[in-house]
Amino acid sequence: METDTLFKPGHTACAGCGQAIGAKLVIESAGPNTIVVNNTGCLEVFSAKYPESAWNVPWIHSLFENAAAVASGVEAALIYLGKKANTNVIAQGGDGSTADIGLQALSGMLERGHDILYVCYDNEAYMNTGVQRSGLTPFSSATTTSPVGAKSFGNIRPKKPMPEIALAHGIPYMATCSSAFMQDIQRKIKKALSIKGPKYIQMHVPCPLGWRHESELTLQVAKLAVETGLYPIVEYENGVLISKGEITPKPVEEYLKVQGRFKHLLTNPEAIKQIQDIADYNIQKYGLKKEG
Amino acid sequence: MFGPLVVKPIKSKGDKTGAWRIKLRPKYLQKDCIACKMCVLICPEACVRGKEKNTYNCDYNYCKGCGLCAAVCPKKDILMFEEEFAGDKK
Repeated sequence: METDTLFKPGHTACAGCGQAIGAKLVIESAGPNTIVVNNTGCLEVFSAKYPESAWNVPWIHSLFENAAAVASGVEAALIYLGKKANTNVIAQGGDGSTADIGLQALSGMLERGHDILYVCYDNEAYMNTGVQRSGLTPFSSATTTSPVGAKSFGNIRPKKPMPEIALAHGIPYMATCSSAFMQDIQRKIKKALSIKGPKYIQMHVPCPLGWRHESELTLQVAKLAVETGLYPIVEYENGVLISKGEITPKPVEEYLKVQGRFKHLLTNPEAIKQIQDIADYNIQKYGLKKEG
Repeated sequence: MFGPLVVKPIKSKGDKTGAWRIKLRPKYLQKDCIACKMCVLICPEACVRGKEKNTYNCDYNYCKGCGLCAAVCPKKDILMFEEEFAGDKK
């Protein structure tokens, strides 16, 4: 990493923000010849509160949902000007703007085959506006719109299979990664940018505020999500699984007990069993269990 | 008023977010460092700098004291100290 960084300190992310780790690694791996298009979300707000900006590359924000559409236009303009060959275009957004509000713009971008890398920072709720439930919020997680009470145990719906939805468009590259594995993010971003066509990367980024854990636990929480099988790390090239994060599965309680948003489940073995089933399903589906 | 709001890049350096530290601050002991750069990679603030072994340090003007560099350091060469005693302890 050069001393002249592309993502500058002085932004207003919370202490221990996983999204800031991810955003920094993405832009540092992509290099200075990059144009970034941002959806509305925490990342847009903390890195570019007017009149300041943490970005040392061309950066644009338009509306909540249309980073993918704006990036498509940026890419088309670069091709017209003959400058596409050495310029990367990255569209990025949070989980709400990717899986809920911006899904049609993203789907259009993937379908039209633009040469763009889309990065989704998955912090599993609308953190910017105060922890509302999104399509990527996991099962049983407590948010302000799926609160815990006498008759409620949090979010009643499972997490939307966004990586598979992206993959179903027949794109050349799709990967998931986690902010706990920094070198893995760097490798995947570099690899994605070397491939022509639409690419989708989904990154698991802990949010100390919304997930209600201490700021220094960001690394541990992100690691546990992968090690329990709740967040499978996979990499697909042309629809074929080329690498996966193999694990020695840990019980899901270890992941749940470090976060305030799952605190209500610890006295409820049945609910833990349901979450363990989700983890077991992921492990079996992608063959994540380490051999031997 | 409704036109695009254009801002010169890298302007956030004016915001001294180091004032956000309330409890702890990291101390880079610079003794057993192996220059693995994990602290540089993980710092959400991007304020850790260094080139060779035992030269890594963070910029206290921006460090928010999250403690991730201390958590990731494989050599335990970064420790968190109470804010007011950071200078006294060795």
